[in-house]
Amino acid sequence: MTNRLETDWAPPKPQNGKATMRDAHNRPIVVVTGMGVITSLGEGKTENWKKLTAGESGISTIRRFSTHGLKTRIAGTIDFIEVKPFSSTTLAERLAEIAAKEAVGQSEVGRKGDFPGPLFLGLAPIEVEWPQREEIARASGEAGSIDYDTLLRASGGGRFGQVHERYLFGSVADHLCETFGTKGSPISVSTACASGATAIQLGVEAIRRGETDAALCVATDGSINAEALVRFSLLSALSTCNGDPRRASRPFSKDRQGFVMAEGAGALVLESLEAAQSRGAEILGVIAGCGELADTFHRTRPKPDGLPIADCMRNALTDASMTFDQIDYINAHGTSTSENDRMEYVGAVAVFGDHVRKIPVSSNKSMIGHTLSAAGVIEAVFTLLTLEHQRIPPTINYDIPDPAIPFDVVPHKARDARVATGMSNSFGFGGQNVSLIMRREVN
Amino acid sequence: MVRRATEQRETWITGIGVVSSLGEGLEATWDALRQGRVNVDRKTYAPWMVHPLATLNLDTQIPKKGDQRQMEAWQRIGTYAAGLALESAGIKDDKEILARTDMIVAAGGGERDLDVDAAILTSRADAKSGALNERLMNDLRPTLFLAQLSNLLAGNISIVHGVSGSSRTFMGEEAAGVDAVRIAWARIAFGQSEVALVGAAHNGERKEMLMLYECGGFNLKMDFASVWSRNGGGFALGSGGVFLVLESKTHAERRGAKPFARLVNVVSGHSSRSVPGGVESVLEGLWASLEVTENAAAIYTAATGAADATAEEAAFLSAHGDIPVRAVGSSFGHLSEAQFPLALALGSLSLSRGALVPPNDMSGREIEVDVMPAKIVAIGVGHWRGEGMALLEAVS
Repeated sequence: MTNRLETDWAPPKPQNGKATMRDAHNRPIVVVTGMGVITSLGEGKTENWKKLTAGESGISTIRRFSTHGLKTRIAGTIDFIEVKPFSSTTLAERLAEIAAKEAVGQSEVGRKGDFPGPLFLGLAPIEVEWPQREEIARASGEAGSIDYDTLLRASGGGRFGQVHERYLFGSVADHLCETFGTKGSPISVSTACASGATAIQLGVEAIRRGETDAALCVATDGSINAEALVRFSLLSALSTCNGDPRRASRPFSKDRQGFVMAEGAGALVLESLEAAQSRGAEILGVIAGCGELADTFHRTRPKPDGLPIADCMRNALTDASMTFDQIDYINAHGTSTSENDRMEYVGAVAVFGDHVRKIPVSSNKSMIGHTLSAAGVIEAVFTLLTLEHQRIPPTINYDIPDPAIPFDVVPHKARDARVATGMSNSFGFGGQNVSLIMRREVN
Repeated sequence: MVRRATEQRETWITGIGVVSSLGEGLEATWDALRQGRVNVDRKTYAPWMVHPLATLNLDTQIPKKGDQRQMEAWQRIGTYAAGLALESAGIKDDKEILARTDMIVAAGGGERDLDVDAAILTSRADAKSGALNERLMNDLRPTLFLAQLSNLLAGNISIVHGVSGSSRTFMGEEAAGVDAVRIAWARIAFGQSEVALVGAAHNGERKEMLMLYECGGFNLKMDFASVWSRNGGGFALGSGGVFLVLESKTHAERRGAKPFARLVNVVSGHSSRSVPGGVESVLEGLWASLEVTENAAAIYTAATGAADATAEEAAFLSAHGDIPVRAVGSSFGHLSEAQFPLALALGSLSLSRGALVPPNDMSGREIEVDVMPAKIVAIGVGHWRGEGMALLEAVS
């Protein structure tokens, strides 16, 4: 395994009386002081938590656009937030704003429009979408065949200036930076379905370096449009259980047949423990450790022995100075694809051994679907709520257990349990693996 | 500005990989610059122009044809340049080091299938009728998605070269290139990482990207000129890839690696550009935080040629008028995410070779100098957002 802390460099020694402000590696302890979330289940922590622990599904038949000719016609769309004209990028921005507003509001850090730290944003890749492309085509006045030369001739002169700004990769983060007054250059990160977790990791690292006392970590995804659905469909990654949307996402079940795309956003306000305590902030939990590792095996599939996944979890444990038996709960990546769920188990067994059967595991994706770039932060919020309420949300649709994955998946109903520490996993195309470890108590 | 931390380790640049319109590798690039060569194609995309990628022998860095087929041009450019950087650092086949090498890639998105888009637009298959869905389902190649996903350049570098310590992809045009270098540097300087591969790739020969920049009025048209002589005319996109290997001094010395330069500091800022002078004032702030002794420095800038941004940068440079300046965009075109890493790469190369690249400018801003400065500041000012600077020093 790769020990991320092997270095001959020692950080500065703790000051007298401040030892408890630092972790076992002598770095500032990073705490959460604000959380926000929006998913297909609803807006805000209260509504989401209520529905999540009641085992409700947010998956439904897509109504936003025609699904004629598509193999998959279901998703976890967010239809209660309207964006006109529809654009996935604009929806992603709006969702991020809502989640960030809730998180910053709860933390009461800084002043309105003046957040005292940088923004790290997990975001799906951005490109010009079909309605805009069609609009430029119409503006060309061309009645016959249209190619990019036609579009190029029609796109100049300033009338499509908004298209340029909207479809720059940096525009969503820039607008959030302006709205919340975050400091410095906002960073947008894409590590596929681990993007949210990477955004948190970047914030944790910045605080540990002493660059800042606070960071706003947001992740968002509003990707449900025809082309995005088609792209995942063509890779045979999506559930086609169109007749029964609420039962379509079945992580760890024998009859799982793919993930369900979903929208949402999550936000965390991170602060150094010292800064949070000195301003008397309520501490909602600790980000105790972050682990990552890239898999070199394949563009979409993990290495068959699961070792990169295992080493990613081990890196998180090392970073948190914890042993595997200290993990009380795993908030699984659990996408409901055949490959992911099996490999997550294989990786976990390599780390936890037989002990893995004693650890409750649940996949939020059984209810909210796979929120892709947003999943890492949304599921970190749910992990922290699990620690706060001492109540584990269920994995729904677990009717036919996969005997090859003997996790304790907390089927159907939420479970009350003593949960001091949780691990949240995120894995993505391109060999992306990130594991986060969260604790309720500071010490 | 975010507060600067105080304790830091020395960071070296020990590997550089560059491919561009001027060729591949450090020798070819250096020679082309010394000769003042510019490779700009004014015909293929007329009235627009691009700096096309020089021909690469892909097999030398991406040996498996299967890997080459799975990528589109921007990924091949980046994977190739990353291989050159690892080779330059002497860690290309060192599995032990590669397995703990951290990677940050600054990326846009991959190429679209222009023929499919054109056929759909021509057929007027719109979303309302569902005809769009059928065309997309039938016409899109399944693997194209993986060539479009931003983080799959990093994914391909992991697969082809075995870089697996970590893999992060930053998005956001020029700013992503600055922040990728900044975070990779900061992690090493503050003990969170020992060795990192950081960089970006850009395919400028793409009509869908020309279209995006045309919407904003940023494409240089008709006449080619150096960055300082464009009067806000914008930029000519360029193709190229730039990767750097950053390493803690102790890690580099332990394995006997020689540095191109010392990376002393990397800073970035954010100007909303809503107020005239905003960019200039951010640049002054960044400059102050680098604590540069002016008489010993040169500036390599990633300036774009975009109207307001480059005018403000020019005003900043005029306020520091004694410092020799080189704009890399005049020779290479605009490589977006890769432009700041390019300025940094050329700055490092210049320090290691003890010579600045010659001026490429008729406006009088770039002047010939006799004495080689001991420090070079790389500056990035994105066409729409993104300001950053890095301070390089010669290692004696």
